[in-house]
Formats: sequence, C-alpha cells, structure tokens
Amino acid sequence: MDALEVAELSFRYGRREALHRVSFRVQPGEFCALLGPNGAGKSTLFALLTRLFVARQGRIAVMGQDLQAAPRAALARMGVVFQQMTLDLDLSVARNLAYFGALHGLSRREAASRAGEVLERLDMAERAGEKARDLNGGHRRRLEIARALMHRPRLLLLDEPTVGLDARARAAITAHVHALAREDGIAVLWATHLVDEVAPADTVLILHQGRMLQRGRAQDIAPEHGLAAHFMALTEDAAA
Amino acid sequence: MSPYLRAMNAILAREALRFVTQRERFLAALVRPLVWLIVFAAGFRAALGLSIIPPYQTYITYEVYIIPGLVAMIQLFNAMQSALSLVYDREMGSMRLLLTAPLPRWWLLFCKLLAGVLVSILQVYAFLGIAYLYGIRLPPMGYVWVLPALLVSGLMLGAVGLFLASTIRQLENFAGVMNFVIFPVFFLSTALYPLWRMAESSTLLRDICAWNPFSHAVELIRFALYMRLNAEALGWVALTFGVFLALALWGFDPARGMMTRKAR
Repeated sequence: MDALEVAELSFRYGRREALHRVSFRVQPGEFCALLGPNGAGKSTLFALLTRLFVARQGRIAVMGQDLQAAPRAALARMGVVFQQMTLDLDLSVARNLAYFGALHGLSRREAASRAGEVLERLDMAERAGEKARDLNGGHRRRLEIARALMHRPRLLLLDEPTVGLDARARAAITAHVHALAREDGIAVLWATHLVDEVAPADTVLILHQGRMLQRGRAQDIAPEHGLAAHFMALTEDAAA
Repeated sequence: MSPYLRAMNAILAREALRFVTQRERFLAALVRPLVWLIVFAAGFRAALGLSIIPPYQTYITYEVYIIPGLVAMIQLFNAMQSALSLVYDREMGSMRLLLTAPLPRWWLLFCKLLAGVLVSILQVYAFLGIAYLYGIRLPPMGYVWVLPALLVSGLMLGAVGLFLASTIRQLENFAGVMNFVIFPVFFLSTALYPLWRMAESSTLLRDICAWNPFSHAVELIRFALYMRLNAEALGWVALTFGVFLALALWGFDPARGMMTRKAR
C-alpha cells in the first residue's frame, strides 16, 4: 500500500493556478525530496496534504485513507513539520510533547512513554526538562520532528525543515530523517530547494510553477553532484 | 477518557499554564477595570444619581452599578486578546498544529474558545476579590450564581472574537478592528449607564444600547450577581453565541473562509 498517493491534484487561488494535475506516490520507507524553487507550489501542496486547504480537484490518500472522505483517519497516520516553528516556547520539551500527544488522543502515561522514545530516537533524551526557548535552532527542529513522531505516523511531511539552520544542524537533521525512513520504514516527503540535502538513493520530485516536471531516483536523473545543475536547467527551461 | 476530552483537557491546561506564567497579561487585565472602578466610578458617583432598578432593591452607589459592566469588560478584552493570539498563531504557524490534529475542527475551535473563557473567569474572580477588599460587597451567593452567567457571556464574546479572527488576514489589521469593536460595544451598552439614563439624552442611543448583545451579557451578569435569572438576556446572549460560532466555524472551514484566502 502507498503511504501517500496524490492523484490529479489541482488548486487555484481565484484565477491563478497554483497546482496543475499533480500526481505522485510515496512508498513506505521511501525518502522523497520535493524540489522546487520559491513559488513552485510546495507550500500549497503541503497545505492540501495537511488539509489546511481542501482540494477541489484530485485525490489525496494516506495509507489508503482518503483525506477528503476520512480526514481524521488520514491525519492520524501522518506527522507534519511545518516550515514555521510551531513550538510553545514557554513550555518544556516534555510538555510540548505531552500537549501534542493529547491532541492525538494519547493518555498521559502513553504520551510520557512515547516522549521518552522519540527523544531517544532524536538524541535529545537529556533535554526533556529544558524549556523550548532555551534550545538552539537545530534542537528546536529536532524537537518538532520528535513531536511529529509521537503518534507513530507512517508518513512524515516536512516543509523546508532546515530553513535558517547552520550547515552542521542541517546535516544532522537530514541524517536523522533519512535514518527514520531507512530503519523505521516511515515514508518521508521532504520539501526543499536545497539539492545538497538529497541523497543519491532518494526519490526526487521536481515541482515548478505548479506542475510536476520530473520524478525519479536522484542517481538516475542526474550524475553524482550533478543534481543542482540538472534542477537549475530543468526549471529554467520550463520558465523559458 | 475519550480523545475529545483528552484534547480539551490539554488545550485548557495549556491556556491556564500560559495565563499563570504571563503575569503581565494578568496584571493588565486587572488594572484596566480597577482604574475604571477606583478613578472613574468614584469621580462620577456624585454626578450620577441612580434610581432603584431591577435587580437592585435599594439605592446603590455608582461603583456597585458599574461592577457587572466591568466584569463584562474583562471578558470582552480577554475575548479580543484571545482572538488576537489566534491571528498571531495563524501567522506564526502554531494554529496549523492544532488544526491538523485528527479531531473535528469545530471541536478544536470550541476547546480553544472554552480555554479563553476559563482564563477570563479567573480574571473576573480576581477582580471581584479586589473589589471586595475595596468595599464593594455583593451577596455572598451571588459570587456562585455568577459563574454560569460568566461562562455563557464569555462564550458569546469569545465566539465574536473567533469570528473576527477567522475573517482578518493579518495581525496589523486586527488592531484597527479591536478599536472599532471594543469601544463602541462597551460604550453603547448598559455597562456604564442604565437605559433610562441613555434615553434622557437620545432615544436612538438608548435603542442601540438595548439591541447591543453586550448589554445583554452585562445584564445577565448583573442579575446573576443578585441571584436572579434574566431569561431575556440569557436568550439573546445564547442566540448571539450561536450565530457568531456558526460564522466562525464557516470562516475556519478549510474548503472556504480564511484559510484559502490567507494564502493568496
């Protein structure tokens, strides 16, 4: 079963078409990088995938659950890390996780146990008592990823999660999420415009001006270290 | 416990915790009505004579008259503050976290609304406690009777705030709307003067005050403080709550309303 299935998805803001018949699938354990320049439609796609907007054309299904027909079942199977930080800075790391766990129906005991697990998974176990405000940018992001794993989703959506981070923090977060896909079988959709975050074995989706230009393994669509040039050429050609 | 109640508990506890930790917000909420009570009402005591009107059974001082209006004012400001924080949360992204929880959106928004009301009730009781120390003594059971009235009036004002939050795209626009909402709603009501006083200067103003749902919230609280139910006020407050909640839920509907407009 596909972890994520997007079929013929279109969306308009008034007359402006933001997405045009976008289709793709993400399998369990697959790390799928959604590449696109600014304004490509990535944020709109994420808003539709998380049901902040409702698609009027096309279909989205998460682990076989149609987002339109069974939104709660679909949302319960996905974890989301938004581009903007969504932590409560006045709460501790543990309380941020407990709050999210409760929103997903976890009891206090379950939430505490899961919080221990996900913090361990993201190498943050020793920070459970710290206030979110006291964490650096990289650790805040890691906490958001840990939080998105609290309800054990099968699909993880991350919208430009490394924006504003230094190179070291970016590399650490990219490595953590790749490990989640590889070792835990979680399907990952990672939106970015930074091609150096993509590993050769990752699937790449190139979105530009609301259209899906290409889909394939990074190592198949461009030679090693050639993805950036390929991406630039593809999006420039499409713009011309 | 059902997932619905777990989410409600979490949202209420989070708001209460924020309230306790944000001392400045708490103090600001108290200073405003206390200035009205101690400075404004004391100054107007001599200028304004009040006849015996229900629910009062004797002549009262202006400070006593103004208490329900100030209680409602606390709830009004709190509702607008909650709405402002919703607009802020939406701009900053944390609202998205709430709206992507696997629960019906109407329930999540209702919990958020209830959390704001809970905070306003805590503020009101702190204010009534200080007013008591200042010498404004209400019937002891009135402090209990007023609780359900505060819940209903808080829900009504919160729903108005939620509706405003659903229609306003940017934080900057909200400040202007607050001015256009808070001041007319407060001054064109029975918070500061009874209707018969207003009628002496203008029947039009009197009619506006009589129609203003905020007046009904004030009267509901006033009667409850004297252990009486003002059924008409309760009806209007409940109706206003229902209308604005429905409008707010429409505004937050992912297929319509503010969410899609926001992204343009």
